[in-house]
Amino acid sequence: MAGEVLPEVAGVHWRARMDARRLRMLGRLWTVTTVAHVVPFLGAAAALLALQPLTFPVAVVCVAHAWIIPELYAQRGANVVRPRRRGDGEAERNALGLLGDLFDHAARDLHARTGLVLERGALGTWLVGEAGALLVTDGGRRVACWCVHVKEPNLPSADRVAHLLLALRADEQGFATVANLAFSGARWRVRRRLPAEMLPALDVARSSPNVGASFTLR
Amino acid sequence: MSKLVRMDNTGHTTLAEWRADDPEAIERAVAAFRAELDRGFFAMVSTGPGHAEQVRELPVDAELVIMRLPISGG
Repeated sequence: MAGEVLPEVAGVHWRARMDARRLRMLGRLWTVTTVAHVVPFLGAAAALLALQPLTFPVAVVCVAHAWIIPELYAQRGANVVRPRRRGDGEAERNALGLLGDLFDHAARDLHARTGLVLERGALGTWLVGEAGALLVTDGGRRVACWCVHVKEPNLPSADRVAHLLLALRADEQGFATVANLAFSGARWRVRRRLPAEMLPALDVARSSPNVGASFTLR
Repeated sequence: MSKLVRMDNTGHTTLAEWRADDPEAIERAVAAFRAELDRGFFAMVSTGPGHAEQVRELPVDAELVIMRLPISGG
């Protein structure tokens, strides 16, 4: 990808520029946050049962919390690529024609089936949707979910994807700096929350050769 | 034939078309290009598979120049 800095980065000047090291650090932070949510609830459930078995219903509620909170985070992550309502049919077709010119046949086919565009980058493999993107890293085991969009409500869906794709191709690190990280965690967590038609895209991204090239969890 | 297109609510609009040996068409394309920059659009050119570049002057030899709006996190 080209070396020029994305102009939108100036709008988030307080953020450190995203790179593989920072991405790894944020991923670990998300893991720690998840553990910090789960362990106390599981510990409380175990302690309650040990102290007084009659507190079983409360222990069940604690375990439910330990399960639900990470699931809600993963849901927030998956929502970044959830399809929006489609607009005018002719505009969509026009936009799709332009978008199709930006990538090869395999990517075009994947987009037609899933609504996501696969793009291999230095940070990992991206799946670009119309209002966000998934970044598959760590050998396909981790997914970072990025909320990023173009502020024009009347654009066709394919044009929204094209905006994000061009920005990503111009400056991958700048793209990840501008985007808001909605979730980072295990691929299976995000996969469970994605619409069924998008799952093949995640599976293709997982098997992409560069998903762990620059971002390996230790 | 080179094209300058703007992504908009119609899908995309062709703003100008030119050939490298047609100075008048190039002049019109440059004017259209600058007008879009003034409106806050960014100009992008594909530079190979998986690569794009933002340009501030109309690249006369490019096949396709795409005007896009700024993106933001949200």
